Parts: sequence; structure tokens; C-alpha cells
Amino acid sequence: MPIRTEPVTINLGPQHPSTHGVFRMRITFDGEIILDVEPVFGYLHRGSEKLAEERTYTQVITLTDRLDYVSSMSNNLAYVLAVEKLAGINPPERAMYIRVIVAELQRIVSHLVATGFFLNDLGALATPLMYCFREREKILDLFEMLCGARITLSYMRVGGVFQDAPPDFWHSLRDFLNYMPGYIDEYETLITGNEIMLIRTKGTGILSGETAINSSISGPILRASGVNWDLRKTDPYDVYDRVDFDVPQGTVGDNYDRYLTRVAEMRQSLRIIEQCVDQIEEGPVRAEVPALVRPPIGDAYGHVEGPKGELGFYIVSDGSIAPYRFKIRSPSLINLSALRGMLLGSKLADMIVTFGSMDINMGEVDR
Amino acid sequence: MTTVLAGDVIARLVEDFIPGSVKEWNASDVWVKPESILEVCTFLKTDTALGCDYLISVSAVDYIEYFEMVYHLVSMSNNHSVVLKAKCLGREDPTVPSITSLWQGADFQEREVYDLMGVKFSGHPNLKRIMLWEGFPGHPQRKDYLEPPR
Repeated sequence: MPIRTEPVTINLGPQHPSTHGVFRMRITFDGEIILDVEPVFGYLHRGSEKLAEERTYTQVITLTDRLDYVSSMSNNLAYVLAVEKLAGINPPERAMYIRVIVAELQRIVSHLVATGFFLNDLGALATPLMYCFREREKILDLFEMLCGARITLSYMRVGGVFQDAPPDFWHSLRDFLNYMPGYIDEYETLITGNEIMLIRTKGTGILSGETAINSSISGPILRASGVNWDLRKTDPYDVYDRVDFDVPQGTVGDNYDRYLTRVAEMRQSLRIIEQCVDQIEEGPVRAEVPALVRPPIGDAYGHVEGPKGELGFYIVSDGSIAPYRFKIRSPSLINLSALRGMLLGSKLADMIVTFGSMDINMGEVDR
Repeated sequence: MTTVLAGDVIARLVEDFIPGSVKEWNASDVWVKPESILEVCTFLKTDTALGCDYLISVSAVDYIEYFEMVYHLVSMSNNHSVVLKAKCLGREDPTVPSITSLWQGADFQEREVYDLMGVKFSGHPNLKRIMLWEGFPGHPQRKDYLEPPR
């Protein structure tokens, strides 16, 4: 006698350990196969764009910290670049180097968190995460030397950075650059060739380059699908055109490629930081910018290659001290555009892995 | 560096292909009629010389008299960018054609514009609120939005 079955719709989240925050998916299953996925957002919506319209250009920096709260420096950088473009301000050289150094440190932090939680989602509960958080802690200590904060940094300012790095910072940074490659080797020894890792991630959650471009995917996910597009190369900002680095790419675009791309990017970030430390010279770290920035009437779009993808700010000025319109191009939200296509037809257990490899941050998705 | 294509160059190309669609332009931006957004985007995407294959972002700005839709496009092969704008009149029911048929990446962004700004997208397969819940009164990112009394 044939067994009668019917599709079942379940809710994953908003309270679920593998959703990285408060994300919910309505998933329809046929047995273990996914028939339909509908992401539901908004549980962390704070109206950042609206809040920014009532704050001065400097105060908005604190809002950007809270978008993707594991990569505040990159958010700060994207925002100040947009305002500088709008107001025609040129930061001093030293400030540009410090910005690139801290943005790359932040990229390592974000990729460590991504890798750690990805392994967590794979079932390697907490141990790999703690290995990754060990080095993240060192970078947060470096940030603490710069600005006193560890997560919500607000270190950058329009026209430069808040203050110059103390001498201790440079010693600690040198130490960090010396021991970090060894730690990345350690992760690779533990994870890259791991049999469970290979079985679970190879060939699952495949995203083709064509679909990635069509879905406006950016960042490591796009590059893991074999698309050579990195804003640090294609539209260099600050001093990225003066440093030499490679753009790691994947071939298949599966979960394993996304992991490999992130690890390779960490190594490239270290290369960039090393070159910046060699090139940086003494000088001022902040341009002469009035306390209340009043950009001329007009609009500007500033973007950076953040750890999660292209983070952009579209700012419209009406000549006053606050932005008239403040739009965030958030990579985490837009990267989810491809999620449905990646999950259809796959199994429940692969869904958690694929979702983990997307590395989204709900603070940035919901804003 | 990504080159920003000059507004007059794009305006001429678009006007040649779709007569009557361009309204004005400046050094970097082109304003087109809101109803011809989809055709213009199709042209920008499929034209071999322009080849804007990647949609960066869809934004809307409330200028009280009109809503301005802003599309940031980039061509990955040629590394140039285009800023396309459209002024959308009316506060009750502003509507522009959806470009989700061209770029899957426009889906969530258009839903967000609809949710927070109240601009509708004709042809969108699943146009419903994304950040706020169904039944939320008004569109909070509009300049004339007032928080309801507690």
C-alpha cells in the first residue's frame, strides 16, 4: 500500500540558534526535501535610515556601528567615504592608511566570526568558534587601544579618524602580524581537510556566477562563485591602489568554496596590513572639518568592499547639518536574494549549512 | 576606477533607442519617465556597449512634490556605472514598473521601498511589506509621516 504524504510548512526562527539573530524562514518540506522558502524579516528593524535624518553627519557614525555589529570599522569607513565624496573633503594620507589597516583588521574579525559560526552550524559545537574568537579577541584589544571601544567603535570621522594610534598599537600590531598566519594555518589544518567538513559542504548550496550577478550578490559569496569583482580593485578607495594583493576566487560556488574564499581573504588582509604598516608616514590624521558638516545640496553614493559585500551609503543633502535622505545598501539583505534558489530541492540539514555560509548579520538585514 | 558615465552620453543613447523616454540629465545622472523605467533598464542591461549587468541598489527619496527613484547600475565587464533616476508624482498611489524580471536582486529592495516609502511597483511578483508588519499604518520614511499618538 503506498504511503500518503503531504507537504508540511514549518517556521525556522525567529528564535533559533542557527539563524544568527532574529531571522525567520517559512519552509515547505516534502519529507526532507525543501519545496519552498520564504524569508521573513523585520524583527530587528530600528529605522536607522529614518533616525539618521534627525542627526548631524557626525552623530550618524554611531548609527552605522550598529548595522553590522561585527564589522563596525567597515561601516564607519563606507559612511565617511560617502560624506567626504558629498562634501568634497580629502582626508590626510596617514588617516587613509590607518583606515585601511583597521578596515582589514575588521575584515579578519568578521571572517573569523563567519568561519566559527559556520562550523557551529555544521555541528562542531563551540570548539572551532572559541578558536576563532581567541584571535578575534586580540584584534578587539587593538581596537580598544585606538578608541577605547571594542564593538561599537565610532573610530572614523569625516575627514580622517578620531585620533592617532598610540605607539603601543604599532608594537601590538607587529606582534599580531607575526603570529596570525600561524593561527590561520591552524584553522586550515583543523578544518579544511576535515572529512565531515568536506562531506557536508562540497557540492551543497551551489550558486552559479550568473545567478549571483543577477541577484546582486556581493562580497566573498560572489567571488566564491568565480566572479572576479572586488571594489578594492575595481574602484579603489583610500590607499588600496598602493598595495598589492590578490582577489581569492572559488570555482564551483558551493559552501566549501565560500569557506575557502574567506580563509584566503584573511591571508590577503594580512598582506595589505603589512604593506600599509611599511608605507605609513607621520602626519596629521584629520582634515580641517567643521564640527557641523554642511555638505552642498546634492547626492552621493559611497561604497566599500565590506567583509560581507558591497556596503554603500546613498546620501542626499539639502545643505543642512543633517542628511535629507540616508539610504543603506546593505549587503546582508541583498545577499539573501539568492537564498531561495540555493535551497530549493536541497535537504533540511544542508539548509542550515548553506544559510550559515551566507554569513548574514541581522543588524544589517533589518536595520 | 569605476568610471561614472556622463549623463548626456547615456541620455542620447537611451533617447535614440526609446524616443521620448528621457526627461533631463546632468553631469552624472539621467532622469527618465517613471513609466519607461523597465524598458530603459532592459536597454542598459542588454546593450553590448553599455552592458550594465549588475544592479547595485534601488532607492527612493521623498521630495514632498514627488518621489525620486534612484537606480545605481554598474557594468562589471566595462567597469563603468550609471545613475538612473525617475521623478514619480502623486502621494496617494505613486507607481513605477518593477525591474525584478531583469534582476532578481531588486526583489527585496523594491519591497523595502514599498514598505517604508509607499511607492508601488507594478509587476512585482510578491509586493508586500518587508520590515514592518501587514496592517502598519502609513509609510514611515515619508517626510510627512507622523508617529501616531501613544
